Amino acid sequence: MSVILEGRDITRDYIVSAGFMRGAKTVRALHGISFSLEQGKTLAIVGESGCGKSTLARILTLIDPANSGDLIIEGEKIDIATRKVTSDLRAKVQIVFQNPYSSLNPRQKVGDVLTEPLIINTDVPAAERRRRAEEMLVKVGLERQHFNRYPHMFSGGQRQRIAIARALMLNPQILVLDEPVSALDLSVQAQVLNLLKDLQDEFDLTYVFISHDLSVVRYFADEVMVMNAGEVVEYASRDEIFANPQHEYTKTLLAATPVADVDKIRERVARRKALFQKA
Amino acid sequence: MSLLKIRNLTVEFDTAQGPFRAVDSIDVEVSEREVLAIVGESGSGKSVSMLAVMGLLPPTAKITADEITYAGRDMKAMSDRERRKIIGKEISMIFQEPISSLNPSFTCGYQIEEVLHRHLGLKGRAAKARALELFEAVGIPDPERRLKSYPHQLSGGQCQRVMIAMAIACKPRLLIADEPTTALDVTIQKQILDLLMGLQEEYGMGLIMITHDMGVVAETADRVSVQFKGRKMEEADVLSLFEAPQHPYTRALLAALPENATGDRLLTVADGWEGVQ
Repeated sequence: MSVILEGRDITRDYIVSAGFMRGAKTVRALHGISFSLEQGKTLAIVGESGCGKSTLARILTLIDPANSGDLIIEGEKIDIATRKVTSDLRAKVQIVFQNPYSSLNPRQKVGDVLTEPLIINTDVPAAERRRRAEEMLVKVGLERQHFNRYPHMFSGGQRQRIAIARALMLNPQILVLDEPVSALDLSVQAQVLNLLKDLQDEFDLTYVFISHDLSVVRYFADEVMVMNAGEVVEYASRDEIFANPQHEYTKTLLAATPVADVDKIRERVARRKALFQKA
Repeated sequence: MSLLKIRNLTVEFDTAQGPFRAVDSIDVEVSEREVLAIVGESGSGKSVSMLAVMGLLPPTAKITADEITYAGRDMKAMSDRERRKIIGKEISMIFQEPISSLNPSFTCGYQIEEVLHRHLGLKGRAAKARALELFEAVGIPDPERRLKSYPHQLSGGQCQRVMIAMAIACKPRLLIADEPTTALDVTIQKQILDLLMGLQEEYGMGLIMITHDMGVVAETADRVSVQFKGRKMEEADVLSLFEAPQHPYTRALLAALPENATGDRLLTVADGWEGVQ
């Protein structure tokens, strides 16, 4: 197995206003993030809002540059602050955003959504673009005739399938999934997770899976990186993190995640019964 | 004793394609000191049925029911005036989006004092003192300063605490919580659920917890009602529901939980249930 994506000591600062007439203030969103990810594996990044996980996603997807540190894709150091992103590079890493209601342009037909990456990054002729887009629709569980429809005609789960299809149009090797199922209903979430697993097997995709839901992560990830306030607090294989969490924060997160465990329910029901009988 | 009893509630909305039945002959019953969870996916009508009881639906909604009684009193026959005396005082509700449920133009203190004034006639210093007590009860740090804060100055979890403080201001007998933790982080969710359950036990309130999260159901409910497309699929006490779900839809919903994954695949509701249908 070869390492396909690597981060070394990545930092990112945001410059924000400190208030009227007070000049600027620097907020460090990422404090030196390091990781390495093998091809075909899934790295989950877990943390609460404001911990920097989406900032990291934007850096990995080559949307924003890092302030310092190295981002290495397939052994090649990438610095988008000094060098423009080429189409080849753009095709390697793609992203699926959290909310499929806001990540699709309501005025763009599904076909245009899917062919646009090809228009911008390749010189594939129109007929071929259409053929590829229709094939991709079938691949993600939609139908060819959806090509000419608008996003509002689809449900949340179907829209997320469209967003996944768009991300796959350039045959990327790495897919950054920024909370891809947290806006979806439980049953639809299961379908989308299954789809992502199938696609990973078929195309040997490498996933960076950003989530705050530990039960999804436990099902989906190979490795887990727990972040808090811009720092990695724990980084280990899935089994280690869930069986034997080391850091206090990881333990807090695990304890806070509600689980549907029959023994725990029985305990709680018994406690409540005793409480109200006393009263 | 039964606190709220609804029999055969149906809610319809007129649409261009004809009437849409959002809630289809639902029965709900909740007693004092009981936590009823209504669980379902979006479009299952779980919020609409409770909004209908609270009188919060737009006038275009057609609501019919054989019976809606609160503490033995017929709510269907009540005038709006009488109903308003009960709602907000004896029955209160908290919503999903804490930040958008508060008025951004007024301080949190003002908004909670308004409730105290409206329902309990408290004014001035008495209202301020009670507001402070309530903020302390729901665990808002630095409550005195927070009374003077505007909602945008608080985090989501703190706003939800303010909403809970407003909801319990008049010691309601029934609290309806509509997805109270969906917009919050897991650690904050845990704090809010612990707070709600603590208050429920302390006051002996009836609590209706509307949620789509089976984990939240497992951690809070005494009894569970499962809804799908406006209909009730199953109702059972929490232990039987998780141990031995009767209805195929409930089974499908539990199988779709990532922690119940068998091998490499998740069962989906479509695999498990639409086939049965």
